[in-house]
Amino acid sequence: MDNRFEDVAGVRGALAEANYLADDGIAGIVYLADRLGKPILVEGPAGTGKTQLAKSVAEMIGARLIRLQCYEGLDESKALYEWNYKKQLLRIQTEGGGSNWDEIEDDLFSEEFLLTRPLLEAIRAEDPVVLLIDEVDRVEVETEALLLEILSEYQVSIPELGTVQARQIPLVFLTSNATRELSEALKRRCLFLYIDYPDLEREREIVLNKVPGIDENLADQVARIVRSIRQLDLKKSPSVSETIDWARTLVLLGIDKVDAQTATETVNILLKYRTDIDKAVKEFSEAPDGLDETES
Amino acid sequence: MLDLLGGFIVELRAAGLPVSLTENLDAMEAVTHIPIEDREAFKYALGATLVKNYAHWKAFEIVFEVYFTLRGPEYELVGEGEGSDGDPDGEQSSLPGEGQAQGGGGGGQSLTPEQLAEMLFKALMNGDGAMMTALARQAVKRFAGMEPGRPVGGTYYLYRTLRNLELDSMLDRLMESAQDQAPQPLTKFEERLERDEFAGRIEKLKAEVEAEIRRRLVADRGVEAMARTLRKPLPEDVDFMHASREEMADLRKAIYPLTRKLAVRLARKRRHGRKGALDFRNTIRHSLSYGGVPAEPKFRFPRPAKPEMMVIADISGSVASFARFTLHLVYAISNQFSKVRSFVFIDGLDEVTKFFEGTEDIGQAVHRVNTEADVVWVDGHSDYGHAFDVFWERFGKDVGPKTTVLILGDARNNYHASQSWIIKEMRHKARKVFWLNPEPRAYWDTGDSIVGEYATHADGCYEVRNLRQLESFVEKLI
Repeated sequence: MDNRFEDVAGVRGALAEANYLADDGIAGIVYLADRLGKPILVEGPAGTGKTQLAKSVAEMIGARLIRLQCYEGLDESKALYEWNYKKQLLRIQTEGGGSNWDEIEDDLFSEEFLLTRPLLEAIRAEDPVVLLIDEVDRVEVETEALLLEILSEYQVSIPELGTVQARQIPLVFLTSNATRELSEALKRRCLFLYIDYPDLEREREIVLNKVPGIDENLADQVARIVRSIRQLDLKKSPSVSETIDWARTLVLLGIDKVDAQTATETVNILLKYRTDIDKAVKEFSEAPDGLDETES
Repeated sequence: MLDLLGGFIVELRAAGLPVSLTENLDAMEAVTHIPIEDREAFKYALGATLVKNYAHWKAFEIVFEVYFTLRGPEYELVGEGEGSDGDPDGEQSSLPGEGQAQGGGGGGQSLTPEQLAEMLFKALMNGDGAMMTALARQAVKRFAGMEPGRPVGGTYYLYRTLRNLELDSMLDRLMESAQDQAPQPLTKFEERLERDEFAGRIEKLKAEVEAEIRRRLVADRGVEAMARTLRKPLPEDVDFMHASREEMADLRKAIYPLTRKLAVRLARKRRHGRKGALDFRNTIRHSLSYGGVPAEPKFRFPRPAKPEMMVIADISGSVASFARFTLHLVYAISNQFSKVRSFVFIDGLDEVTKFFEGTEDIGQAVHRVNTEADVVWVDGHSDYGHAFDVFWERFGKDVGPKTTVLILGDARNNYHASQSWIIKEMRHKARKVFWLNPEPRAYWDTGDSIVGEYATHADGCYEVRNLRQLESFVEKLI
């Protein structure tokens, strides 16, 4: 199979073109995933661009994105494939009387009655695809085992049809918010990537990139304030997407310089818990420790 | 290269990171694709194949740094490489590693400590990264007083260097200067942002200093020895009772995802594997799409009754930090129980459930427990016997067949009466009685510890000294 990328720097550049600002680690791992033919397990706080990474990579290599959203109770029939029972029943009922059973039986488990679900879809795709298995930590440990065959061999066994082998090795991304420990078997098969909140410079770049019409000064201020807020002891720190929302709001409101008052008035876009908002507002209005209170 | 990688993996394993054979092979393959010169990508490539848990990343980074970054030729001999590795002021160092603490600019020293501080101030003010790195090196050379072969840990040198740099007053100076430079007085809000910015830069500087010390120690002692001394326990293995302040902060951070993880797992466990009775209506409804054939039987969801929990924690000095963590944990998993009541004691006992109710800030609640709860009866030395007496008298009637009782403490009873019959009675009435002891098993029943006496009456007695043990206990709980 051909490699999709030339080198790490190339990946970095291409991702930037797809409007995703990757740091060295991210680009290196995407490159490696292609070379080793391994899935990437992306972990990190909510809203730091895990799903976006998969989307951007798909865009970058011009592939179709197939997404499997995981949830508790997800099973084989929704992730892999299912037989179209209703159609099968109809077939039996319409042909029931006349023809012999063997013919119908052969027919019943053919492509015609197979409903492909995202995983099988990705395996059987002819065109280039990126498979995104979103929030994999939501499925039960037992269900995780479903993924193992696909992730290591890129194949699916269907009892009635035999083994379906992938026509190409798709790039696979699994995202997780680490609400539970994933099984060792799954982790072993994946490359591990942790995407944390970006540092000041990167966040500023992201804001500049994603918010049309924002000037550098405001972007810089936004990034600084968000960093400052993340240092508070909060229930839920603001995510990158919330930073962007906030910056957009400020631009819409025609604000070019954030002061304590605007920050207080708009902080509910960044923070989603009453207690967090109260805490942030309090911090905004108070002088830091150890400084005199001369001005007010 | 493969030898190097092999050694690296040995060190990782020695540091407690679980590296399996497949991961090992993956790493071997990964390094054939990523050139070692692309340092960042190389590090992440190894990290991606070898580290599968973010809590372990820090440990990995340290081992990586020692193993690869510091293996360049310039670190091999103390003193040799130093002239050429780009000191900004072109200082000719003739006395490697010692004898420079006198200051005052003697012996080829072109910078006095005052000048150094001044340059540092400017670099921090302007956020000049390259300058900060250079100055961090200078500062270590000047102030740490490192001597080859001296068996002292890196933290000692770090402390000495930072003390001399007086970074605390530096922050105030930076703020003053920022105030002066501003066209109009800074508002409090702006002031706060500036302060955060400077604090961030100072943190960066500290990290530089630390890295420089590590670099020099590696040069002195060699990679393997250094990797060994830097080995720190992983967060889940840090002992509650002997954690340093820094480790405590890490632990507090680690406990939140852990509790969330546990809560999710517990919820799942309670729901898992049991199917309720057949839901006839639902089955028929779904059969319509199969032409009336009930092909897919539907079941009712079982709704098992939630147990109740009572936590009785010793919060005397010797086990206070342990109790604090456990209270955090109890609070976090409390939605798995229909009712959680918490009690704390030293020699008196008080119920503290209300402190945890209606607050989202656990830290605050724990603080209130420590300051407001009425737990001292006579002298503030643990008296388990009396505490159990009070508990039994006041709350014993509330213990019922659904209640799980959790007792946290080291059972060091200062030779008071044990009153262990209460535990026995408790066990008769309650669903389960568990004892968690933060002391190592080897110390049990030595001195005034009478945990054995209590344990004979409880359903189980567990050593819980770190997050790993706490986690495995909670899994047993439900």
